[in-house]
Amino acid sequence: MSLIVHRIGPACNVQDQGRVGYLDQGLSRSGAADLTALHEGAALLGQNPGLAALEMAGTGGEFEATKPLGIGLTGAPMQASIDGAPVVWNASHHMEAGQRLVIGAATRGTFGYLHVSGGIASQAFLGSRAAHLTAKVGQTLRVGDKLPVGSGPGVTGMKLGHDDRFSGGVLRVVASFQTPLFDQPTLDRFAQTEFRRGSRANRMGMQLDSAGEGFAAKGQLNILSEVITPGDIQMTGTGNPFILLPECQTTGGYPRIATVLPCDLPRAAQTPAGGSIRFQFVSLEEATILQAAYHAGLAKLPAQIEPLVRDPHDIPDLLSYQLISGMISATD
Amino acid sequence: MTTTEDKAFPRIRTVGFDGLLVSFSDVMAEPSNRAALAFRSEVMRQVWDGIIETSASLASAYIRFDPERLPHADIQERVRRLLALRNWYEAPLPAGRCLWRVPTVYGGELAPQLDEAAAAAGLDPAEAIRRLSNSRVRVLTIGFAPGQPYLGPLGPEFDIPRLKELTPMVPEGALVLAISQFVLFSGPTPTGWRHVGQTAFRCFRPEAPQSFALKPGDEMQFVSVTREELEAARADNASGTGGATCQEIAG
Repeated sequence: MSLIVHRIGPACNVQDQGRVGYLDQGLSRSGAADLTALHEGAALLGQNPGLAALEMAGTGGEFEATKPLGIGLTGAPMQASIDGAPVVWNASHHMEAGQRLVIGAATRGTFGYLHVSGGIASQAFLGSRAAHLTAKVGQTLRVGDKLPVGSGPGVTGMKLGHDDRFSGGVLRVVASFQTPLFDQPTLDRFAQTEFRRGSRANRMGMQLDSAGEGFAAKGQLNILSEVITPGDIQMTGTGNPFILLPECQTTGGYPRIATVLPCDLPRAAQTPAGGSIRFQFVSLEEATILQAAYHAGLAKLPAQIEPLVRDPHDIPDLLSYQLISGMISATD
Repeated sequence: MTTTEDKAFPRIRTVGFDGLLVSFSDVMAEPSNRAALAFRSEVMRQVWDGIIETSASLASAYIRFDPERLPHADIQERVRRLLALRNWYEAPLPAGRCLWRVPTVYGGELAPQLDEAAAAAGLDPAEAIRRLSNSRVRVLTIGFAPGQPYLGPLGPEFDIPRLKELTPMVPEGALVLAISQFVLFSGPTPTGWRHVGQTAFRCFRPEAPQSFALKPGDEMQFVSVTREELEAARADNASGTGGATCQEIAG
């Protein structure tokens, strides 16, 4: 069973929770840029958040099911339809063999996700299906590709409330081991500055622009290369910050001013070009509480799904819905 | 070793929300590199509950863990106890190390920043090539990209800074230089280091059963060859070694 790719955006690839344990060989973990979306997709389809999904940056594509299939749509809201009938985002739907799913451009945010019942069953490499494009592991999807799909129960016709993580905002950060390389006035200015996401962004990292001078560290062209983790905010030689994302390098010599909390990384990655970002320093103790609350929230997702059909607001086109009645089932 | 004074080494610092960095120096030196490798191995051997992954960089060991299962205070205490067990700077290098001799074209079109690097080192290009080609360097750490080694130390004349602006792209197999170290790139990448040599050695071979070519502690020598010799090695490169030879280092 598979999904046939008839059209595809320029930056769509298979992602899961990432590949752990190869940091010492220079291979960063990769995995979905928005890990929250993987948990939402799993909750909507009643399956394991460890399953792989299709990550779509900016825009999706056109996909044909070869067998009956449950799909989940999460992350950055995108225009979507099945055989021409609009379908709700942040929800799960049923597709019959031969039906075509069209996913258009993101209306907010950056990364949308297409989940399938049973997960995408592509070849795993070192324990994960996550593409790592800079490492040449996996690849960007192309027209004509057939995405293998695992077998799963395929609960469909469910929805989740919408989240607000798609237009930037405040990112909570903790100080990291290189934070003291920046003097206090620079750190204060950093925390007071409103940044805009720049145009240079991919799964490795995203550039931030701001008015005024850059944020330089002391002696920063000669510091020893040290470990890098996703969420690190790295200053290049010119003092421009980059937030590093799941495909970031594993070590590097440019200093990191702070690290975005894992629970706020989905919001960071989803910020569209031009979106506003501010940073707020929190203590490790506060971070521990925020992270625990985030994990508790993820664990509650399966209990928060609701049937799609009970609220007419969820039906984008009532007329076409009635024409295909029986396709979306809340009672199965 | 029992002092926790801020400037003292070994030094324990946090990395983001869920990491610890145990640093044995803030400059590159042989004993601190050995200490980092050995300490990281020992942490792995301990299999503490809550450890997610570890790595060793030039002079530090990194530990990523789950603070909900292994709180910061607990892991710091365990790390302090482990540090006190021995003099990590005297730890031996890993066993089963290899010496790689890798055919390399220095300068010219394939490695356009050799002249600039030579000038920064106060040498003419021919002398810079002679010294670099004769240098036997060690894999100090693997990182930045998959399988990619940081190699050193080179002579003090090569302690030249990184560039302020990134070179947009250098190819796989590029040998780049800064701060008395080489990096041998495992894939095309932008860099702030100077591109001084080009090889056909592939550090990361995802299609092969053994995906990673090098181990920390291996040694490498980048032997100057002509462009024709490199092209010949490239044409017959199913193994990915680019004409390199590997010889086990005794003891």
